[in-house]
Amino acid sequence: MESRKTQLWVGVFVVVGILALFFIALRAASGTMTTSGDTYTLYAKFDNIGSLKVRSPVKVGGVVVGRVTNISLSGDYYEPRVEMSISKEYDQFSETSTLSVLTSGLLGEQYLGLEPGFIDDSVDMLEDGDMITDTKSALVLENLIGQFLFSQGND
Amino acid sequence: MTNLVELKDLTFAHGSHRVYDGLSLTVPKGKMVAVMGPSGIGKTTLLRLIGGQLKPDSGSIKVAGEEVPKLKRDALYQLRKRMSMLFQSGALFTDMSVYENVAFPLREHTDLPEELIRSVVLMKLEAVGLRGARHLMPSELSGGMARRAALARAIALDPDLILYDEPFAGQDPISMAVIVKLIKSLNESLGLTSIVVSHDVKEVLSIADYAYVIADKKVVGQGTPDELRENDTAIIQQFLKGAPDGPVAFHYSDDDFTTDLLRGEA
Amino acid sequence: MIQFLQSIGRQVLDSLAGIGYALAMLMSAIIGKPQPSKSWPLFVKQMYVVGVLSMLIVIVSGLFIGMVLGLQGYTILVDYGAEQSLGPMVALSLLRELGPVVTGLLFAGRAGSALTAEIGLMKATEQLSSLEMMAVDPLRRVVAPRFWAGLVSMPLLALMFSAVGIYGGYLVGSGWLGVDEGAFWSVMQSAVDWQDDLLNGIIKSIVFAFVVTWIALYKGYRAVPTSAGISAATTSTVVTASLAILGLDFILTAIMFGG
Repeated sequence: MESRKTQLWVGVFVVVGILALFFIALRAASGTMTTSGDTYTLYAKFDNIGSLKVRSPVKVGGVVVGRVTNISLSGDYYEPRVEMSISKEYDQFSETSTLSVLTSGLLGEQYLGLEPGFIDDSVDMLEDGDMITDTKSALVLENLIGQFLFSQGND
Repeated sequence: MTNLVELKDLTFAHGSHRVYDGLSLTVPKGKMVAVMGPSGIGKTTLLRLIGGQLKPDSGSIKVAGEEVPKLKRDALYQLRKRMSMLFQSGALFTDMSVYENVAFPLREHTDLPEELIRSVVLMKLEAVGLRGARHLMPSELSGGMARRAALARAIALDPDLILYDEPFAGQDPISMAVIVKLIKSLNESLGLTSIVVSHDVKEVLSIADYAYVIADKKVVGQGTPDELRENDTAIIQQFLKGAPDGPVAFHYSDDDFTTDLLRGEA
Repeated sequence: MIQFLQSIGRQVLDSLAGIGYALAMLMSAIIGKPQPSKSWPLFVKQMYVVGVLSMLIVIVSGLFIGMVLGLQGYTILVDYGAEQSLGPMVALSLLRELGPVVTGLLFAGRAGSALTAEIGLMKATEQLSSLEMMAVDPLRRVVAPRFWAGLVSMPLLALMFSAVGIYGGYLVGSGWLGVDEGAFWSVMQSAVDWQDDLLNGIIKSIVFAFVVTWIALYKGYRAVPTSAGISAATTSTVVTASLAILGLDFILTAIMFGG
């Protein structure tokens, strides 16, 4: 019957559409979905964040563990303050962990590299809302060249 | 005798073009009333006004005692279930077979089981002589058959009132005769009230109980077919006899022909 | 001068009135108590007409556009030694822009014009009036199922377009031009964001679906019921819908990715 065939085709149509969604979600965009689970928030202050952006990744040894959620200036001296949300899976970073603004490749995007600190009875773990104090700012090309020229001139 | 449809002092305009000015007519219950007039005087508009698809600028339209233009949407839809309209083109749904077309109003407005719908549809199709054509699609029907199928659909819900819009226009003599006979017999056997809008004078007058002639935005003559034929008003005689010139001028109104020629512009 | 201002004023008023009519039409079509038993078969039928019949053109176009992207992208990227980035280039162009936009344009041409012509023809042959006289609201009976079918099927079509396009880019890039297969997918995966790219692309396609279907139905419903009127309405649907897609695409892109 006519309507049977119609129904069958519509069913095929919807299934193909959903398969396309799964194909894209799993094949083209997987891996980034992990950050959508439970998260906790950390803060860090930098002298200079370079071209770090909201949604830039936070990586530990190259593995994405979270994302930058907000960038603002804070304090009397207007220091850049970065807010990031880290996946709850990774909640055992010690207070001595360091955070640096790094660049992926020569021309790539900037991201935050988190280096876990040593674990000892004397140090606490980072918890929701804590501030990472040990940070390294972005390298700014002009400053580097300036330093280089300065050191050359001292020879 | 009670009147099923009553129009009083009806005024209606399409934009700035005035179609009716103070039109009144009545349709008694169980009778067939013809509304005749030259083309372009808005006979179809009249049916749409009665069906509540258009609203008049002033005046009253009463169908079964209800003031149509003032009805709320739901009440209007309730009223429309009691009337049917046969459109000039038939207006069959092109994506359904003849059977489904006739079944459509039943499926929409009743909860009848499928066997009962089948019997009703076959009964209605038998009445118009198209039972054998029930599996055809509307595109496979001739003009006359399409109109008969539409008639079967119009009577599917056994309405009180049927509005016919030019039922005879563009038919060959045989299918014209078929439709004339059908309308007459349906009206008699089902006790319907009918309004037939047409300019096919001979056919309409052969079946109507009462007729109105409309020209120049209002009713210019009325009466039984015999009374009308006796009527010696110039415009009615011109219309009934089909004279090319008369009160309804041959020329679309314009300036004098010679001055127009001498002016030398379009 | 006064005439000029007057004509501008009249056009503005006319188009405002048009938008008003269109809104009113849509509102009365989709608001009201639903009757699932009657509406569902109508909806399925329209899904077939609007969605299934557009599937072939969308999939074929998606495949070709993906392959062209792969080819063009490769020749540009290889100059910078960045052919590894072919995957994200293809995927991002498709998901963010080409998927929703090209599908929208194809949809306007294939399904939108058909909707306008069909409804215009139903109007010209008095089928809409006939429904009304049978106490069946043509807005709910004719317009509503087509609207929902368009709204549901176009995002699905856009997803198919993107998926097939990505695959086409993969075929050309990896199968023909020799980009490493693993790198193609993994670089793509690290660059394509589930929310930023996939979700925003879907939102775009839903907005386009809404606009195209709405325009097509409105143009059909308000068409002058003659053959000239219907053909004018059909043309106008394709032109208006395409312009609306491109204009809205800029606005949506600015909101989603510009900030």
